[in-house]
Amino acid sequence: MKLKVNGKDTETSAATIMALWQEETADLELESNRGYAISLNGKVVRKAQWDTTPVSENDQVEIVRAMQGG
Amino acid sequence: MTASDTFTIAGVELSSRLFLGTAGYPNQSVMVEAVEASECEVVTMSIRRISLDKRGSDTVNLLMNYRFLPNTAGCETARDAILTAELAREALDTNWIKVEVIGNRETLYPDAIELLEATRHLVDEGFVVLPYCTDDPVMCERLADAGAAAVMPLGSLIGSGMGVVNPANIELICRRSQVPVIVDAGLGTASDATIAMELGASAVLLNTAVAKADDPVAMAAAMMHGVKAGRLAHLAGRIPKRGRAEPSSPQFGLVGS
Repeated sequence: MKLKVNGKDTETSAATIMALWQEETADLELESNRGYAISLNGKVVRKAQWDTTPVSENDQVEIVRAMQGG
Repeated sequence: MTASDTFTIAGVELSSRLFLGTAGYPNQSVMVEAVEASECEVVTMSIRRISLDKRGSDTVNLLMNYRFLPNTAGCETARDAILTAELAREALDTNWIKVEVIGNRETLYPDAIELLEATRHLVDEGFVVLPYCTDDPVMCERLADAGAAAVMPLGSLIGSGMGVVNPANIELICRRSQVPVIVDAGLGTASDATIAMELGASAVLLNTAVAKADDPVAMAAAMMHGVKAGRLAHLAGRIPKRGRAEPSSPQFGLVGS
């Protein structure tokens, strides 16, 4: 299945936001998802709903983090 | 000035009148030291797409004991600012948001129209909105009417270090505003922060002036003192300016007269 993740065409087998999150951040060795957030087609998906929110072909997903800023 | 000289934003009492940005420091440990030296309670953060090739720094965990004020820096439309604010709320568990909508990439000047729209929308969604805005008294009034919890007029262009370029406007805004006024952007050194506070600001928000100073930790301390001095001078009530000399020593009993 093809998705747009952070503006990039991404091929994934993830069926849910949670699976996509795990796939996309596997290399980052994160201890928690504090400071992170995800939107699906312009709507924020609450962390509690990541497990139960499905992703489908051509969905637009943004995975963001809080970082230094002014 | 006593320990009780606090101010309140959306029911939260703040005793530090300095908000500090967390970007652009030589490294994370200098950033943390500068935040500590500034005695601030509120730190600003940005929201960005994750970079999948590197972990990046862990600003959130380093500053866990501070109140986060995420921003919508870089957004050029109300729509993007709203989504960024919603993502920030989810990422940082706070409904406070510094709304920044840029109208021009070169000047980074706020887009008043998009800003007002974003402010209205986010207030409706229950956010505590602190808009970064122009030093225009009418704009500040409109934002407060729209429900902004504070207004944050610019001292001068972001990162410019020019200080408060229109003190008359800042003074006017501070005198008339129904919500706290936080002078944001453009301050370059401690005296700039002092001037903003003397003009009646409730607080200042700084980043570049501290982060890019030769010694960011020392500048953070200088800013802390500058803010306190300005606040104290504002409360003390300065003498009026006049165009002629006024001797301070007694005029009688002059030697040789």
